Amino acid sequence: MKAFLIKRILQTLITLFVVSLISFTLSMVLPGDPSLSIVGSEGASEAMVQNLRQELGLDQPIVVQYFKWLGALVSGDFGISIRTRAHVLTLFGQRLPMTMELRSFGILYALLVAVPMGIFSALRPNTWVDTAGTVIAVSGVAMPQFFLGMILILVFSIWLGWFPSSGYVSPADNLWANLKGMVLPAIALGSVVAAEIMRQLRSSMLEVLNEEYIQTARAKGVSEFKVIIFHALRNALIPVVTLLGMRIGRLIGGIVIIEVVFSLPGIGRLLMNAVLFNDFPVLQTGVLLVALAVTFLNLLADVSYSFLDPRIRHT
Amino acid sequence: MMKIPLRASLWLSVLALLVLTVFAVFESRLCPYDPLAIQFMPLESPSPGNLFGTDDLGRDVFSRFVAGARISFVVGLTSVFFALLMGTVMGLMAAYFKPIQALVMRIVDAIWAFPMILLAMALSVSMKPGITTVIVAIAVVYSPLFARLVYGQALSILERDFIMAAQAFGCKPARLLFTHVLPNLAAPLIVQATLTVGTAIVLESSLSFLGVGIQPPTPSWGVMIQTGYKWLEKAPWLSVMPGVGIYVATVAFSVLGDWLRLILDPKQLSKGA
Repeated sequence: MKAFLIKRILQTLITLFVVSLISFTLSMVLPGDPSLSIVGSEGASEAMVQNLRQELGLDQPIVVQYFKWLGALVSGDFGISIRTRAHVLTLFGQRLPMTMELRSFGILYALLVAVPMGIFSALRPNTWVDTAGTVIAVSGVAMPQFFLGMILILVFSIWLGWFPSSGYVSPADNLWANLKGMVLPAIALGSVVAAEIMRQLRSSMLEVLNEEYIQTARAKGVSEFKVIIFHALRNALIPVVTLLGMRIGRLIGGIVIIEVVFSLPGIGRLLMNAVLFNDFPVLQTGVLLVALAVTFLNLLADVSYSFLDPRIRHT
Repeated sequence: MMKIPLRASLWLSVLALLVLTVFAVFESRLCPYDPLAIQFMPLESPSPGNLFGTDDLGRDVFSRFVAGARISFVVGLTSVFFALLMGTVMGLMAAYFKPIQALVMRIVDAIWAFPMILLAMALSVSMKPGITTVIVAIAVVYSPLFARLVYGQALSILERDFIMAAQAFGCKPARLLFTHVLPNLAAPLIVQATLTVGTAIVLESSLSFLGVGIQPPTPSWGVMIQTGYKWLEKAPWLSVMPGVGIYVATVAFSVLGDWLRLILDPKQLSKGA
């Protein structure tokens, strides 16, 4: 187990290094000279641009730039946004709570829908419940999130007027308005995860329900409810936890889209604007932070396997 | 095994894919009007003359829908083809040549750890936006999927006796990999590719929706949804029609992929999955 952990952590570190290389190179090939976009493309004298390039270190060789950037990162200096001139860390700090809230509600929604549906589909396979579950699962994956978001806005904001269609209210200002505003984005974000969890839970429940210890429990006279919740579900949830670990990190792609559709001021929009305006300090840091989260969660999912199921031992 | 629902959904999916393929192939003959021509009153609701209504500029939405089907299919199929190609080569190399194994797989992990949509966006922005760029971006983003699949399977195939036999006969690495290992990987690769086409179509529409994919006025489904978004209240059909198109195409590819898995991998049958 220890050897496995060390090996996985080393792998994670190498992956992160490669990610940092890619994200750095990527921002180098993005079009447009960042110094030009700061001084404004019109009316800037050649000297001004040169000065700024020097100030940003853009006149140095790329390898030097990369290691300078990496060194600064390690010492906690994440740089300054080219577009807004604010500290990158401040920008992320301002937007993180909103994105975390959206993500948490998205996952909460996914679990609330997927776990009962997954259990029922497995208990009554090949019935209408199961078919309905399959239809929802397939739809969740096939429906582009921005389209689902728009349909939700159309039905629940425009036609029914139940929820706001866009904008963000801080929970400190008005908790009720904040929660109301989160409902539609959370559903749109969580639908894909819900679909995947439902599929996974259904098949692992089916498998577990055929195990001998379930029959033993039933033979002992344990109530059906207890058999399902305490004996079957506990084991069937193992692959679901792993899946969740892998999916939570990857949710960021959906977050970009959902934040655009619902005009929410979060990390997704920050990163999207960073790509569009070649704000490379923001982009590099953001991508690295996201990749860090993804690889860390993957690692956690891998390790959680053996904790949840003592039968699995990593060698 | 869900025999009847699977059959019904399979036939419906095949039918849907056939219709969309006909749209994609015979696009120029099936469009009732020029998809780019501005020739009607803007924002007219669906009518016999304009099946799916008209958009904000007065273009026929049905013609744009048919042309969009072509873009979606071309982007979906070609990008997955290139992802398959790149992923297979990377996976085979990593499995066979031990010295580069760690390097290749870490690169694959790094691409996979990247937020997919951001990587695709950055690639799209760094090249000239358009259909080729979108295809390249999606292919790069999805290649790890195939690389990991090929790598895992190839490792175990390379341990089998017939590989040793081939090596004993003096089979060269390239020949070994492509004529002995690769054919054994065909089934899972075909299944994965079919399932991925649907998600590639979704990714293309997402990129186009965000404004970094296919560029207007070219009628991609994602572009159409983006234009329609502004008129959601007044003319919902503008975005609902292409959205339904994406949905149907993706579901159909996913059902087809699941069915192929059942046929090509009989071990799955007993699991009831």
